[in-house]
Amino acid sequence: MPKRLAKTDVVIVGMGAAGGVAALPLTNAGLKVIGLEAGGWLSSRDFAPDELRNGSRNWPQSVQKAASEAPTVRATSSDTAIQGGHPMMNAVGGTTMHYWAQSWRLNPWDFKVVSETTRRYGEDRIPEGSTVEDWPFGYEELEPYYDKIEYTVGISGQAGNVEGKKNRLGNIFEGERKREYPMKPLRSSPFTDLMGNAAQSLGWNPFQGPAAITTELFDGRPPCQYHGFCNKGGCHVKAKSSTAFTVIPKAVDTGNLEVVTFARVTQIVVDDNGRVTGVEYIKGSETFFQPADVVLLASYAYENVRLLQLSKSRAFPNGLANNAGQVGQHYMTHHQGAPVTALFDRDLHNWYGLPAQGVAIDEWADDNFDHGDLDFIGGANLWVHTDRKPMSAAKMSTFGETRNWGSDWKAFIMKNADRTNSSYIQKTTLPYEGNYLDLDPVVKDPLGFPVTRITARYRDNEKRIAAFSQEKMEQWYLEAGAIKIVKYGLGNSMGATTHAYGGTRMGLNSETNVVDEWGFSHEAPNLGVLGASVMGSSGSRNPTLTVQALSWRTAEHLVNNWRSIVG
Amino acid sequence: MKKNNQNDSRSNNKSDLLEDSPSNPSRRNLLKGAGLVGAAAVSTIATSHVIAADSANTNSNSTRVAPREALEALTAEEAETLAAICDCLIPSDEHGPGAREARAVHYIDKSLASHNSGSRHNYSVGLNAINEFARKTRGKNFPELLLDQQNSILVAVQTNKISGFIPNGNGFFNMLRSHTIDGTFCDPYYGGNQGFVGWDMLRYPGIRLGASEADVSAGADLLPNHQSAYDHSTYTKLADNSLIDAEGGDDYA
Repeated sequence: MPKRLAKTDVVIVGMGAAGGVAALPLTNAGLKVIGLEAGGWLSSRDFAPDELRNGSRNWPQSVQKAASEAPTVRATSSDTAIQGGHPMMNAVGGTTMHYWAQSWRLNPWDFKVVSETTRRYGEDRIPEGSTVEDWPFGYEELEPYYDKIEYTVGISGQAGNVEGKKNRLGNIFEGERKREYPMKPLRSSPFTDLMGNAAQSLGWNPFQGPAAITTELFDGRPPCQYHGFCNKGGCHVKAKSSTAFTVIPKAVDTGNLEVVTFARVTQIVVDDNGRVTGVEYIKGSETFFQPADVVLLASYAYENVRLLQLSKSRAFPNGLANNAGQVGQHYMTHHQGAPVTALFDRDLHNWYGLPAQGVAIDEWADDNFDHGDLDFIGGANLWVHTDRKPMSAAKMSTFGETRNWGSDWKAFIMKNADRTNSSYIQKTTLPYEGNYLDLDPVVKDPLGFPVTRITARYRDNEKRIAAFSQEKMEQWYLEAGAIKIVKYGLGNSMGATTHAYGGTRMGLNSETNVVDEWGFSHEAPNLGVLGASVMGSSGSRNPTLTVQALSWRTAEHLVNNWRSIVG
Repeated sequence: MKKNNQNDSRSNNKSDLLEDSPSNPSRRNLLKGAGLVGAAAVSTIATSHVIAADSANTNSNSTRVAPREALEALTAEEAETLAAICDCLIPSDEHGPGAREARAVHYIDKSLASHNSGSRHNYSVGLNAINEFARKTRGKNFPELLLDQQNSILVAVQTNKISGFIPNGNGFFNMLRSHTIDGTFCDPYYGGNQGFVGWDMLRYPGIRLGASEADVSAGADLLPNHQSAYDHSTYTKLADNSLIDAEGGDDYA
């Protein structure tokens, strides 16, 4: 029998990007919160600038819970699912410890894919088989929460649309915002200047993207030092606004948050009336039951879905909140593949710098351009950035100039180590019938529980965006003086990535969505779900800021409606 | 030119090489005994070039004491074969030092005893397959062949023309290439990139805890600082690293 602990107001499963944010408004309101985290606390001392350990050996993601239950992947239900890796991190702060920290607001179109596409081009332009719906609200509803996160967590950037006033230094396509970012954007570099100038000569509007990285003293944290080990590494000066260095310590300081580390949640417990009563977790070799009035599920998309599917009960025989059969549906992973790589005839000065220090083009994203004569909807944000490391430089494409070893190759990399760049192109990805998450019938984690099985593939719409955006990217690189270009394949199966969406989609219709417009289950009213698993469209930019804005909003809703939700 | 150097270093080690036959039980005893002389002999073979370049004297009459160093995973013959392959992949040539000077083999051996232990068997199988093929087609083990012969064998491995690898020749080659690059360009803490030769090769100015706009503008013209991440006390395993005996750590300088 699990050891029964004293009841608390709220249990949050996962102290990462989403759960960490939700803890602050709850504890500020005086609610007692227990945050269960599968990993431990890390400190600045853990973030050595070490390409081998961090990048090649995946130190942040290795030897942890998520890795032991990595999903299996297959493109279609007739393929065999193969277990891959898990890209996320178990730690207080979760993957905000080692992410790139790009912190975008979604564009207004992303909330209204169906209605806006229908209005502008006609209903038949929604790709066949897509299950996409409009969000239950528009960008305007989320704007105050984006603002809240930008100013509480600490986001740097250049606004492009403050109360309708456009500024070409920022993203002129962004939704209207109430005010500027709290900090100026990360500085430019010789390379981002080169690319920015090239974009301008093409008539495009280049701008520096937003980042959860300080550029000046902010809330006691020093500014970014540009040493360049953000990717799969934390920040040695806490300039990266990870939740472990921002909202979580603030919540702990209220005296109302207890973070329990190395806690592996195995079950969300439900009574016969279909109300959640708490969670079971394993810590060390003991099993505990933590009773709570409300459970907020805030692990990653795969684990959110998996924990619901594993939590079977009399009230929910097919898994918690799954009587409508929607848990695991509408899954998608952002199409970030199909990059374009360029070779230049001069050094780019990219040995220092970070992935969030870059220049963006939004002309070809979302519905920012006319799709009347095109055979797809949506688009891509084009992104190039600094950040070069010796091992990855040596593993660069040879652009067909030499075989990839030996004297000629060595001369090639010696000449070109700092002369190549690879783009990051984030593309609109839609949910489809036949793309879903369920429990693998064969592969189990070390505790004997089935892992998540991904069955999903990119469809024509995603591949057409990929081909279209590669053309634009090539044009941009050539304008900047690139002498050779390589374009990579358009992508197939949707393996586990850091941008996984859906599985517990948010929407008004309880027949097609798991959570309501506030993030609470349609079926189990005191269960909330946080994270990109509630998002019904991907947008063409990184999800974390939207995840955090939604989390704050769900937590605030809980505070304001405590009595009716607790019942 | 390269081949001559290699042969020179080998002839210096002639007696060691003779002793090193897997069929010679006395060699095994020597390895097990693992006294200083034995360990030195192993390291001389494993990485033949660096030690040999260091000293023309590797016989027992030498007054030099070689650094204490084990082969942690590879056998002596495997290490020798691997060294010859790494020489082909990232050669020491007219453009400067390569995997040999970076001591990529030392890195790979250490990694196979730790992080990459799952690849240990693949290495044994693959290196043996390469020597078997070399003996079958050329009558000698891979390290004894001429550079052109070695390169043509590696092309055959890379293009799946030879069997006997896990998962296949191309997969083995890609792993080996990747590890050789890791061992040439990694942080020297891990036993490769000795003397920062890999970073200098790419004109990487080195790890810095901060980079100013002036640093970035200087780019590859910035004076290389030749520092490991673990030269910074912030990142050492212990808060007070002054107690660590410099002799006991990995010497990457």
